[in-house]
Amino acid sequence: MISGRAIKFGDNIDTDVILPGKYLIYTNPTELAKHAMEGLDLKFIQKVKSRNIIVAGENFGCGSSREQAPLALKGAGVKCVIAESIARIFYRNAINIGLPVLECKGISGKVKEGDELTVELERGEIRDKSKDISFKAKPLPKFILEIISDGGLIEHLKKEKIR
Amino acid sequence: MNIVEKILAKASGKKTVSPGDIVEAKIDVAMVHDLTGPLTVESFNKIGVRKVWDPKRIVVILDHQVPADSVKSAELQKTMREFVEKQKIPNFYDVGRGGICHQIMPEQGYVRPGEVTVGADSHTCTYGALGAFATGIGSTEMAAVFATGKIWFRIPEVMRFNVTGRFREFVTPKDLILNIIGRVGVGGAIYKGVEFAGSTVRDISVDGRLTMCNMAVEMGAKTGIVEPDDKTLKYVKKRTNRQFTPIRNDPHAIYERTIEIDVNGVEPQIARPHSVDNVKPVSEVSNVEVDQAFIGSCTNGRLEDLRLAAKILKGRKVKKDVRAIVIPASQEIYSQALEEGLIEIFIKAGAFVCNPNCGPCLGGHMGLLAPGEVCVSSSNRNFIGRMGSPKSYVYLASPVTVAASAVIGKITDPLEVS
Repeated sequence: MISGRAIKFGDNIDTDVILPGKYLIYTNPTELAKHAMEGLDLKFIQKVKSRNIIVAGENFGCGSSREQAPLALKGAGVKCVIAESIARIFYRNAINIGLPVLECKGISGKVKEGDELTVELERGEIRDKSKDISFKAKPLPKFILEIISDGGLIEHLKKEKIR
Repeated sequence: MNIVEKILAKASGKKTVSPGDIVEAKIDVAMVHDLTGPLTVESFNKIGVRKVWDPKRIVVILDHQVPADSVKSAELQKTMREFVEKQKIPNFYDVGRGGICHQIMPEQGYVRPGEVTVGADSHTCTYGALGAFATGIGSTEMAAVFATGKIWFRIPEVMRFNVTGRFREFVTPKDLILNIIGRVGVGGAIYKGVEFAGSTVRDISVDGRLTMCNMAVEMGAKTGIVEPDDKTLKYVKKRTNRQFTPIRNDPHAIYERTIEIDVNGVEPQIARPHSVDNVKPVSEVSNVEVDQAFIGSCTNGRLEDLRLAAKILKGRKVKKDVRAIVIPASQEIYSQALEEGLIEIFIKAGAFVCNPNCGPCLGGHMGLLAPGEVCVSSSNRNFIGRMGSPKSYVYLASPVTVAASAVIGKITDPLEVS
């Protein structure tokens, strides 16, 4: 179970604001984390220390294929991204680096900044403890849950080889 | 089945597939560049496989930060050279040998109808213009492809745009795709395939189809595709020695929906900051002064684009206080543009002509914007901070609109100049 507080974003948050192009020369998550969400909010890195579950609107992570975008978020301490919908490449990248993502319709209008959340990935259940309401996301397929619980695609492939 | 379903069924060894199915597909060609390649190499080394699955099916292209603009970029490019050498990858395009990956892949014959291509870049969807299934993936996923030659796909629903009518003068395939994105929105095709069909698309050249499919990702699509025809086959056969089998739609193929588009009466289009779907006719966007005008990128750096821009710039001057930057998409295009006298036209007009690379499109180098500056660009994204300062403004248009705007110093419909 994942628990934390919500940090809110709107619709169509693109990868250029999540991690601006000039930092693509870096691959190290700690270095990338310094610039996470720099295009939108220079205080993100401070805020995320106490609010580490992103709750966003439609099409989160649209734009480029840069894996540095989810890496920067994970490096900054984001534990999970929940959005009304998630752009395709960002969705796959997040899973592949072991950052849990869930699509959940209707959540962005109800959860407020700072709300206390718990997330059960296996069942797709999100609970807003501050408001005492629950949401049901479409659960992730089993093989995706396995990749996430192994810590990403690379660790997963290593384990597969052993299995 | 539709063309997307048929290609993916074939690649995954299945008789039929339908939307929502998850399949494991064999990859025909995989591409990385200098900004996504190094992370791929890092991940590949962690998997603990010594050899890539098939060096001949991998293409490595240095195009983003080239020639190296910093010591860090130089290191990344060195990483790629070493990987190419160690893995004996024959298809490597170093500085000065190729150009923008999404031009090199079709131009040098790596994209063939009916095949499956993945690239570690979101604009890989460009190659659907040749009737291939092509999509962008991340670096770690690419490392897994390098190791196994396979990837999982969810079979997408396909939206079909049936385009009819004739373009007015100076209205281009770029205006058509901006118009479409303006209609459906940046999230209008998330995870879907989009097919461009109809008599207008048949009339559009391969260059123009590449422009359209390139921007499919800007509406969230997994891929853009055009059913292969004689134009496609003529283009591809000139460039590849490998056998391929074109795949076409079945007669009663199923689409999620079909959207009819009539281009009669469509004017040049422009996407205003900071969203690609914030589209208006150029004639309705008046009095926007520009500091920079960029003609190039994987969307619009092709020969036809340069010819159109040159039509406007011939015998004219770029307005004082405007910086015009022109970047041909590949060495081949650069060379042809020189031969046709286009480069001379640009230089005489006062434009800065650079060697083939991605240029300022992604705010890496070669023409970044200061706070408050405005750029009219033939590229594909106008997100906040895309081309430099988060306080700069990017307007997306066709190369001919960009050229006209460079001459007048304001966003301008090319008809007003000619």
